[in-house]
Amino acid sequence: MAAVSGTVAGALSELTVLDLSHHVAGAYTGKLLASFGADVIKVEAPGVGDGARKVGPFPDDIHNPETSALYLYLNTGKKGLTLDLASDEGAAVLKELAAQADVLIENFQPGVMESVGLDYATLSAINPRLVMASISNFGQDGPYRDYRADTMVAMALSGQMYVNGHPDREPLSSSGYQPSYQAALYTYSGIMAALLARDRDGTGQYIDISIQEAMASEHQFTLNGFTASGKIRMRAGNRYGSVHPTTILPCKANDGKPGLVALGISDPTQYVLLLQLLDMPELLDDPRFANPTLCANHHEEFNALVRPWFMEHTADEIVHALQDNRIPAAFVNEVDDVLEDPQYEYRGFWKKIDHPIAGTYRYAGLPYHMAEAPPVFGRANLLGEHTDEVLAGKLGYGPDRLEKLREGDVI
Amino acid sequence: MTGSGSNGARGPLDGVRVLDLSRVWAGPHCTRILADLGAEVIHISGRRLVGRRTVTRETAEAIGIYPDNEPGERHWNRHVLNNDMLRNKFDITLELDTERGVELFKRLVKISDIVIENYSPRVMPKLGIDYPVLKEINPAIIFCSMPGYGPEGPFQHFVSYGTTIDPHSGLASRMGYPDGEPYMSGNAYPDPASGMFATGAIMTALFNKARTGKGQHISLAQAESGAALTGEASLGYQLTGDVPPRIGNGHVRKAPHGAYPCEGEDKWVAISVGSEMQWVDFREVIGSPDWTDDVRFATLEDRLRNQGELDRHVAEWTSNRNAYDMMRLLQDAGVAAGVVVNADELINDEHLNERGFYWKFDHPEAGFHTHAGQPIRLSKTPARHYRPAPTLGQHHPYVLGELLGLSDEEIADLEETGIIGYEPLVRER
Repeated sequence: MAAVSGTVAGALSELTVLDLSHHVAGAYTGKLLASFGADVIKVEAPGVGDGARKVGPFPDDIHNPETSALYLYLNTGKKGLTLDLASDEGAAVLKELAAQADVLIENFQPGVMESVGLDYATLSAINPRLVMASISNFGQDGPYRDYRADTMVAMALSGQMYVNGHPDREPLSSSGYQPSYQAALYTYSGIMAALLARDRDGTGQYIDISIQEAMASEHQFTLNGFTASGKIRMRAGNRYGSVHPTTILPCKANDGKPGLVALGISDPTQYVLLLQLLDMPELLDDPRFANPTLCANHHEEFNALVRPWFMEHTADEIVHALQDNRIPAAFVNEVDDVLEDPQYEYRGFWKKIDHPIAGTYRYAGLPYHMAEAPPVFGRANLLGEHTDEVLAGKLGYGPDRLEKLREGDVI
Repeated sequence: MTGSGSNGARGPLDGVRVLDLSRVWAGPHCTRILADLGAEVIHISGRRLVGRRTVTRETAEAIGIYPDNEPGERHWNRHVLNNDMLRNKFDITLELDTERGVELFKRLVKISDIVIENYSPRVMPKLGIDYPVLKEINPAIIFCSMPGYGPEGPFQHFVSYGTTIDPHSGLASRMGYPDGEPYMSGNAYPDPASGMFATGAIMTALFNKARTGKGQHISLAQAESGAALTGEASLGYQLTGDVPPRIGNGHVRKAPHGAYPCEGEDKWVAISVGSEMQWVDFREVIGSPDWTDDVRFATLEDRLRNQGELDRHVAEWTSNRNAYDMMRLLQDAGVAAGVVVNADELINDEHLNERGFYWKFDHPEAGFHTHAGQPIRLSKTPARHYRPAPTLGQHHPYVLGELLGLSDEEIADLEETGIIGYEPLVRER
């Protein structure tokens, strides 16, 4: 794998994007646009930068705004510009940039852009072709507009958390940033849709993305079951509700790793194949275990019955034995395991990226290949790294002007 | 763009025609977005995949997805989840393991922009309609395939679902009770997540096609979506050498941070207190009880170190109070808090309803139902509720007649020879 740095042309190379994001949702949207060659200018507050620079984790736990894993991952391929948007001069510079930009992304609390005079009404008057996307926890209007949220609160109010976890224990959120990532994926598609509409209609538009709505859309049976029959989907433990065994089971430990393996059986045919492989076909004659739906009502008894077989075999043996018989089984990977996974390796999923301060690491790439629009993987920008380059290149600012802005702490 | 624009209003994808061979959730989730944005999505199914001819009342009750648990005469048209996935789409049946079926499919490819499928990688080549074949018919076609692990590599033939992609990709490792095993999402989360990546990739390909005239093959591996959505953690591991432990609803930089029991059966409120300022506000909201002066909770470091004790105190405050009252009280004081809503509370959520998030569809065979709307809110070319889900084969006259120019006799012949139909083909066992 060759190390890559810097960006080259891609499918979106004609686009200039102003990325006023902080933390996850806006930043990942900008990263995706940069992955296809868009000129993404990350606008950060002078001196401080994006809050993700403070999050980490950091090497040796030493805080450094240039080595936060969260920032490094979410800002690959961007140019770094510092600009104090709260100052009149800073806002004026942003407006000049917006006049030539195609896309602007921001995920401040609702009302912040307006308070610094950079709302959509103002910017679209300057540049009617601008596509502006705002991402917020609950959207730009409505009773929760100013409510605060983090991953857990978004998981709670989107209905995702209630269905995760054990029925006798508290519902489970997840570590990480899934609600923000989902919002970013909706925003990316929204921006692309708006750009396609702009090709046709000639004007840009405003996109309002709510993290709560993004996550509330990622339900299958929860909302639809309730609207159909009044059924309230409940937590089912470490398994998938109405069928069994779709679950994670203990098995023989191997290589010092705890033994765990995942099964995904919902299809009656696969269920029969599994019981044949386990040499327990007699269970099919037991009304408790005749099919995956009935088995779900007796899942603890079922797990106890199959446990001896699983404890005799390692995850590797089980996954291959089951998959050889077309029975869905999978490894249970931690974040270090995925880096060693042969399938990811084969598809070239991990991208080695150099960073002058953090060093060279393998970053998750995109989950798809596109032959005619190959993605590019640059490194994350340093804070303010391209300030002069952007302002001189895009706006023609000379050294004196830059010096003055710098003295006033605008850049 | 080759579509007919028969959706009427000018959605952003108006004029884009999609042939949707996808099943279950990941693919349909993607094409549902395309349809909401105005694309003409033609869902194509083989009738062997529609299920059996009848669904018993007992099964219906166990699944809870048919209106009032009544599967009715044609259960396949009353499956409320499928009807949600199929909203705004057109529907035809076509047996693709027949020569005539493949021939008609190829004629549709000629006049379409996008083909999407989420079969295992061996299926499309076996049917003779994989990308190299379809590209010859229509060089501008965008072909999106999204098998679990991708169409190449050592696990290419692995059978997978969102539920097994979850633990494989590392996503499940990020959820679980403290020091326990990784926990499967209760909601097959990798499915919609993969669908979202597919949507973005297809949009990018459309943008590219508008400039170059070229289509392309998008080869998506669902297992990789989960790994992309935990990319900060796999990078963090490389930077630190530490695999992050499972910490339930805890947080490395916030305490209290958790779901606390409330008044009523299985009612919970999620409370997140990060900064010192939020702790001060939180204390005030809960009436500054004596325990909040305890030195063990003086600083964030202290609160993180003594989380168990802290959580017990917070739960004392929450356990006899109403979850919504607490959420409002805390949020009004600037503290992040949210009710852990169940399906009922989610669908009746004051805020989502005020924002007009939910769309209501009146389906001719299933009746009136509320579904999640479209989170992509575009000010000028909004996503729309165009029409309820089609019934199985509803659009044979439009797709085969109007688009392909088949006569009524020819369509009748297709039905007689079993190439198309309106009911499941029950598998012999």
